[in-house]
Amino acid sequence: MDWRDHGILLSMRRHGESAAIIDVFTEAHGRHAGVVRGGASRKVAPVLQPGAQLDLQWQARLEEHLGSYRVEPLRSRAAAALSGRLALAGLNAVTALLSFCLPEREPHPVFYRRSEQLMDLLGQDEIWPLAYLNWELALLEVLGFGLDLSRCAVTGTREDLAYVSPKSGRAVSGPAAGVWADRLLPLPPCLRGEGPAPDREIAEGLRTTGYFLAEKVAPALAHRPLPEARARFVDLFSRRL
Amino acid sequence: MSANREIENLIELMAKLPGLGPRSARRAVLHLIRKRALLLIPLADAMQEVAATARECLNCGNIATADICDICQDDRRATGELCVVEDVADLWAMERAGVFKGRYHVLGGTLSALDAVGPEDLRIPRLIDRIAAEQITEVILALNATVEGQTTAHYIADQLDGQVRLTSLAQGVPIGGELDYLDDGTIGAALRARREI
Repeated sequence: MDWRDHGILLSMRRHGESAAIIDVFTEAHGRHAGVVRGGASRKVAPVLQPGAQLDLQWQARLEEHLGSYRVEPLRSRAAAALSGRLALAGLNAVTALLSFCLPEREPHPVFYRRSEQLMDLLGQDEIWPLAYLNWELALLEVLGFGLDLSRCAVTGTREDLAYVSPKSGRAVSGPAAGVWADRLLPLPPCLRGEGPAPDREIAEGLRTTGYFLAEKVAPALAHRPLPEARARFVDLFSRRL
Repeated sequence: MSANREIENLIELMAKLPGLGPRSARRAVLHLIRKRALLLIPLADAMQEVAATARECLNCGNIATADICDICQDDRRATGELCVVEDVADLWAMERAGVFKGRYHVLGGTLSALDAVGPEDLRIPRLIDRIAAEQITEVILALNATVEGQTTAHYIADQLDGQVRLTSLAQGVPIGGELDYLDDGTIGAALRARREI
């Protein structure tokens, strides 16, 4: 069995003295792990930093084997992110969430391309948080917990949509929310792709997506807690407000 | 246990050391046995002594043979500068260079989402205590230029913000390095950190 693909490195851990096991989000093969011989060496280890874009050749005797990778770096994203606090926290949040949420060996080519675009924007702190928020929405969709923000779940109207129901993940208009408003999640215009998306709205959007990640996705994944890296990114971003 | 079994046991243990495998361990053991008086006995004595006395310094996390290591006990090193490193191996590397005259603080790892290492698993609370207790004026974050190393550095910087002067090691072209062989990230970091000559 062998194939060639490209992907985003999510994590690397040493295996023995000189090898490494890497977890990569690839375009055609989804999240896929494999051994890199010599991956812990002085020459290769600096290349295997989370976020790196790699050209990959995977080989194994049987499909279900872990298999081994031959990797070639296409571009390093860590270098651009290391000096920026928010960029580094963002990189950690994306790689940790992908590792946490995505099932192994299930291809998501459209979501992969979206993730690659997001990673390429790292370091552009003015636009990155909004891109990240939209990426989290897409992640929820991929995982089967997509939000329906097109019309009010109660009245069917497309006007004055101001909340999201934590139960159904559907939009609720301001008038329909009534006395239940304080139990609903915020639906800032930027979550529907509208308006100039000031930081305050993005933070509200992250609160909403964070709720569904923590309360819907995590319980479906054996109740593991959400990666701390996401909370750290949201915390750093909130300080900008 | 026969004599052969004891030697085999030694080979098996040696083979677990970094850089050694079963074959090289066998060669090393044979060499030790042949140099019994010169190497084997002194080595066994030294290992026994270290096994009985080696421990972590209660102050900085360095490995020492007393509760407080020599560096922490040396008043000449109370310069007000504290160098934060990830591991004892990094401390030893800094000491080999012989350019830093202050004291150290060994974190014992880095923050890692993958390995579920959080701030409470590192010696960060002790670091905060030391800054007040030892009148530290500058903390040098000498952590690896990796995603995990720099994530940890930013976290510590957040915790110590405003309390003390915070610096980190420069990133760029190593001594003897040729630009042609450097990765694009290192070249970018070096260019951003350029200085007048």
